Amino acid sequence: MTALVIAEHDHASLQAGTLHTITAARACADDVHVLVAGRDCAGAAQQAAHLAGVAKVLVADAPVLADQLAEDVAEQAIALAEEGRYTHVLAPASAWGKSLLPRVAARLGAGQLSEVTKVIASDIFERPIYAGNAVATVQSLDTVKVLTVRAVNFDPVVSTSGDVAEVQAIEAVAGFGKTVLLSRERIASERPELASARVVVAGGRGLGSAENFRLLEPLADALDAALGASRAAVDAGFVANDLQVGQTGKIVAPDLYLAIGISGAIQHLAGMTGSRVIVAINKDAEAPIFGVADYGIVGDLFEVVPQLLAALREAQRGQAA
Amino acid sequence: MKILVPVKRVVDANVKVRVKSDGSGVELANVKMAINPFDEIAVEEAVRLKEAGKATEVVAVSCGPAACQDVLRSALGIGADRGLLIATDAELQPLAVARLLAAVAQREMPQLVILGKQAIDDDCNQTGQMLAALLGWPQATFASRVQAEGEHVVVTRDVDGGTETLRLPLPAVVTADLRLNEPRFVSLPNLMKAKKKPLETVAASEFGVDVAPRWRTLRVAEPPSRQSGVLVEDAAELVRRLRHDAQVI
Repeated sequence: MTALVIAEHDHASLQAGTLHTITAARACADDVHVLVAGRDCAGAAQQAAHLAGVAKVLVADAPVLADQLAEDVAEQAIALAEEGRYTHVLAPASAWGKSLLPRVAARLGAGQLSEVTKVIASDIFERPIYAGNAVATVQSLDTVKVLTVRAVNFDPVVSTSGDVAEVQAIEAVAGFGKTVLLSRERIASERPELASARVVVAGGRGLGSAENFRLLEPLADALDAALGASRAAVDAGFVANDLQVGQTGKIVAPDLYLAIGISGAIQHLAGMTGSRVIVAINKDAEAPIFGVADYGIVGDLFEVVPQLLAALREAQRGQAA
Repeated sequence: MKILVPVKRVVDANVKVRVKSDGSGVELANVKMAINPFDEIAVEEAVRLKEAGKATEVVAVSCGPAACQDVLRSALGIGADRGLLIATDAELQPLAVARLLAAVAQREMPQLVILGKQAIDDDCNQTGQMLAALLGWPQATFASRVQAEGEHVVVTRDVDGGTETLRLPLPAVVTADLRLNEPRFVSLPNLMKAKKKPLETVAASEFGVDVAPRWRTLRVAEPPSRQSGVLVEDAAELVRRLRHDAQVI
């Protein structure tokens, strides 16, 4: 059995989600091949070749793949999968992977299992349904199993100092040729990326306003944390949509998650209960967030957050001394 | 421009679902059902395009049992012109729905299909992309803004770490994300008017497509629960605990 992982990358290097997806692929099949479809993407291909458990890297390098549009990358993946060598085709369950992989599955006449969280056997997988309120164990009936992988549930594969996989150039297929990328806006941030940060400081409706939400920034700075938010805070316009943690936003599993002024709607919990340690600060002692928190403080966040910042700085000074 | 809007009947978003004790699924008996919230946003967007003079007709379509007429009526209440039920009692997975919708698109010849990015029951997030692939059409998923410009549609979409804007030639498939719009409240008179709008039923079998399931659900379970932790007195104790007990800072 051989699995094909469609790599998400920026041409120079692989996105973190690809490393987690390769781990899932290794659990599915004996051999793992990685498709790097891009433009001037030797950097990403070389990185893939040095990853543990990768047997072969297939590189399609063409101008049409520069923008990484779902339709174009899908055509390349379909052409490879149709050669019939692969038992599994996987991609990270990122916005990119979610857009592209169902196109591949449909053209192969296969179903797709989305957001797989566990590989039980080469054809049996676990995935969350109903916003994480239930976990389904499903058996694929397809010859080629197509899966998107929820990154936080698999460790990232490490680089190996030993065997380096063969890197094979393959012919780039014609692009889809209809969709045109007009612009791409990255929200610039000095902070770690939300989905892969070691610490996340997240705020909810309890912050009350966009201005008050900024109270969390010095705390995030002190902890070198990413900022996150509940859907309620996003809907109220306190912060941009891309900070949203939850079933319809980002799924995170940091070492430390601080939920501040977040009540803990099930939709939010679905996005963060994989965190190692959860801290809740909320004035409502009955808030559901306390049901999943390892440490809780019942109190007014506008008093607790400055105290927490002061205590952190004091502890950090003590450590530095 | 004719717009086709596929809608799915799902457990109402406000219902807390319970896993059945025999592990065969979630409890659906006597549970309130509703139009999938992302599909409701899609209907709203299509109706707004019609109200802005960009679209001429909005057709809502649903695949499933007769009860799906309810969600078609919801779509007609928002302002869709007519409804189409592709009737079947079989379990439909996303590929099957995409194949049925592709057959409907070939019959109806819409220039635009708008649907929700995912259904809140199976959380698959596949049908729109599969439909686009089967039809050979371009797609824009996770749309937060849709502008119809002649023979094109310009879509701003939410992606990881920001947004991107695509221009697609019609016909095309767009999937709706949360920020696209806030669906209107449907007044009682509009709901009554919706009852008079045409609603056609066609048997799924008439399309002659393979709707066999691609996977079997072996078991449905409660998610692993976390143990509740401890309440601490103040920020200083919290920092001590995080440093010495949990060792995360």
